[in-house]
Amino acid sequence: MSLPIPLAAAPLISDWISLSEPGCLDLRTGRVELGQGNLTALLQIAADELDLDPEQIRITGADTSLTPNEGFTSGSLSIAQGGMAIRLAASAARHLLLAEAATLLQCRPDELALARGTVEREGRAQPLTLWTLAETASFATPIVDWAAPKPPEARRVAGRPLPRIDLAERLTGTPFVHDLAPEGLLHGRAIHPPRMAAGEVSIDLEALRARPGVVAVLRDGAFLGLAAETEFAAVRAAQWAAARARWPAPGPAPSDPVVAIRESDEPLEVVHEAGDIALLSGLSSQCLTVTRPYLSHGSIGPSAALALWQDDVLEVWTHSQGVFPLRSALADVFGLAQEAISVHHRPGAGCYGHNGADDVALDAALIARAVPGRPVKVIWSRADEFQCAPLGPGMATTARAWLDTENRITGMEVTAASPPHGNRPGRNGAPNLRAAAYLAKPFPIPRSADVPLANGGGAERNAVPGYAIPNLRIAKRLVHGLPFRTSSLRSLGGFTNVLAIEALMDEIANDLGESPAVFRLRHLDDPRACAVIEAVVAAAGDPFAKPRPEGTGWGLGYARYKNSAAWCAVLLELEIEDEPRVTRVFAALDGGEIINPDGAINQTEGGILQAISWTLKEQVRFEADRVATASWLDYPILRFDEVPEISVRLIAHPFEPPLGCAEAAQGPTAAAVANALRDALGVRLNDLPLNRDAIIRALA
Amino acid sequence: MSVAPTEPETRLRLNGRDVSVTADPQMPLLYALRDVLGLRATRFGCGEGSCGACTVLMDGKPITSCDLPLSAVAGRAIETVEGLHAAQPNHPLLAALVDLQAAQCGYCLPGIIATARSLCARRPAPDGPEIRSALSGHLCRCGTHVRILNAVERAVAACAESAS
Repeated sequence: MSLPIPLAAAPLISDWISLSEPGCLDLRTGRVELGQGNLTALLQIAADELDLDPEQIRITGADTSLTPNEGFTSGSLSIAQGGMAIRLAASAARHLLLAEAATLLQCRPDELALARGTVEREGRAQPLTLWTLAETASFATPIVDWAAPKPPEARRVAGRPLPRIDLAERLTGTPFVHDLAPEGLLHGRAIHPPRMAAGEVSIDLEALRARPGVVAVLRDGAFLGLAAETEFAAVRAAQWAAARARWPAPGPAPSDPVVAIRESDEPLEVVHEAGDIALLSGLSSQCLTVTRPYLSHGSIGPSAALALWQDDVLEVWTHSQGVFPLRSALADVFGLAQEAISVHHRPGAGCYGHNGADDVALDAALIARAVPGRPVKVIWSRADEFQCAPLGPGMATTARAWLDTENRITGMEVTAASPPHGNRPGRNGAPNLRAAAYLAKPFPIPRSADVPLANGGGAERNAVPGYAIPNLRIAKRLVHGLPFRTSSLRSLGGFTNVLAIEALMDEIANDLGESPAVFRLRHLDDPRACAVIEAVVAAAGDPFAKPRPEGTGWGLGYARYKNSAAWCAVLLELEIEDEPRVTRVFAALDGGEIINPDGAINQTEGGILQAISWTLKEQVRFEADRVATASWLDYPILRFDEVPEISVRLIAHPFEPPLGCAEAAQGPTAAAVANALRDALGVRLNDLPLNRDAIIRALA
Repeated sequence: MSVAPTEPETRLRLNGRDVSVTADPQMPLLYALRDVLGLRATRFGCGEGSCGACTVLMDGKPITSCDLPLSAVAGRAIETVEGLHAAQPNHPLLAALVDLQAAQCGYCLPGIIATARSLCARRPAPDGPEIRSALSGHLCRCGTHVRILNAVERAVAACAESAS
């Protein structure tokens, strides 16, 4: 049995589970709930192994004082890694306690069963419960000594929908970090420089300190912060300061960063090769380049954090994706031992990757240090969220395919050019927190090595086509030196790379006069890949076999996320009215074992809608070296009156490992949109966003 | 030691009760709700009325509270999601959102609930396109739109049914 990665750092049952409160099992995970429903699914896994009702389990998400360290909650790995750790931990708890019960009852463990925490023998309840047994059995025991998970057919909770455990309080309650209001609360604001250059902010600090309600002001290099008694006072003082603060002058910037990425001459790194594409030069080939602009994560709630210093001990409440890495980064910045800092996760608005969550935690900690003993809450402004959070990088991906004499693709070359997708706290040996880069004692953000291929890669994610093609050359070009800060946005390079490959597949099928579905199927030898494509074609009634009305098109996109996770196909209909609009979407997803089918469908629907929005509408704008996009008026996203009908079919494989599902649909959706627009328009558009202006330019 | 000038009082009706708020009349209603009155289920999203997260009902009509000064709500009736939950914890809207699991992060929902409540009260009951149009001032970033629309349609129908 290969062990789930999280068990290396947290090998004991007691790391994950305790039974200190009668009737309740406490389950601890190092993952965080970002709105994706992972805590509900993790709880389902434990309920199954212990034959508990879900209501009998209380789950705690990542907290440096309480839970295992599972690093970042990212990469669609909560279930595939964290869930499998919990399955083993819960199974080990079961078998350890039943062994204890068997000793007391003088029988064999396999004569015993569990029902809602009570031990049963031959169907009769015994005077033993998980909680009484836990009084004498020690959970400080290695999980591997006891774990023997149930066979898939014995699961009763995993594999069925379970309502989200945290939904009610999200509707009418106050679960968010934004909502924390402890005794003595001060409202902090950081006034952010437009660029992350070291230097000194110039401002009349005394005048700022005299603004109404201001309690403290702080200048540290180019960092400027304040704390006030009320939120309104803090906002007003911050606006006053922002209009007056001056920072070091702008640096160099390209006039169009996406063009700079496409035309970059940074070195090319070959990441995957098969066969020899050099031998194909005599064959006919097709090539295209797609680009996407920089994108904003665009959380509906701006980044927020609460921090409190007491006796040189720092406590932080955050919606960060990684409380342990954030603690390390804060320890570096403040020169503290990790033990002097505790970081607790609290929900934020959906983040979709590395947004400003970690940065605002440092803002709050810096300001709170000026008012020890008083908790300081910082909530970024909407403009901060667009301008200060890391962006999803612009990209340019070129794909070329060679056809043999039987019109089969025999070779493909894919080259992804992109600024790095990996700049999370602690990566590349630096805190990677925004303000840290411009404190008086700065922690500059080093050159990122991007996300390693072992984690699915960054720029090159999904650049290897998922088709049976004998000759491949896959390369990435990391573009450094642009002034804009980039990091992980859901699906990373996979979005653009799948778009490029699937657009090329579509072009070739078109030229050959073949159905895009049939053309793909004859290049696939993976039955699970074929199954998702066949499922969407059947669900939509094979639209490629029928004439499409004027101004209407259908498009298909397919990929296996990271070439190792979930298979996903998306087939959709698009109409061109004033703007291109997606009207109907059919998706099929094979995510291996699915723990919560409704949760997986919800994640897939969300991925599809977000990717439609990215593809049709979104683009961050710049002025010289700074982000100019400041409000939703500058950054339109998909609205309620623009959403299509969506039908998602899950193809479950309960005997296979779970693969994660949150990022499988983005690339296929982008490709399906672009291909449907080509089908409707007769002309291919390769530069996102595919909006009205792009269509007018293409037809001009 | 200087004595801080006394802030003026603003009287309004909040979730069915008369309240008075002692604060700068220019303070947006949202900050008064969250920071002065302690009703923090209404959310800050943009501060400029363009995302809908902070929507509450004023005299039964949805308004964005982040860009509405306290002075503009004097004497008005304001209802927030806390008021709905206290008065009708099983309101068809809350029930439909839970039944259809119409959330991911849920940050946008209290604002959407305010607009949807006004739709539930509208007669004749709004149809699908009217509901979409009414919600188009609300942003959802998780892509939960389809579920939310289905839940609001279900609630609007249930409210029309029980009223007839």
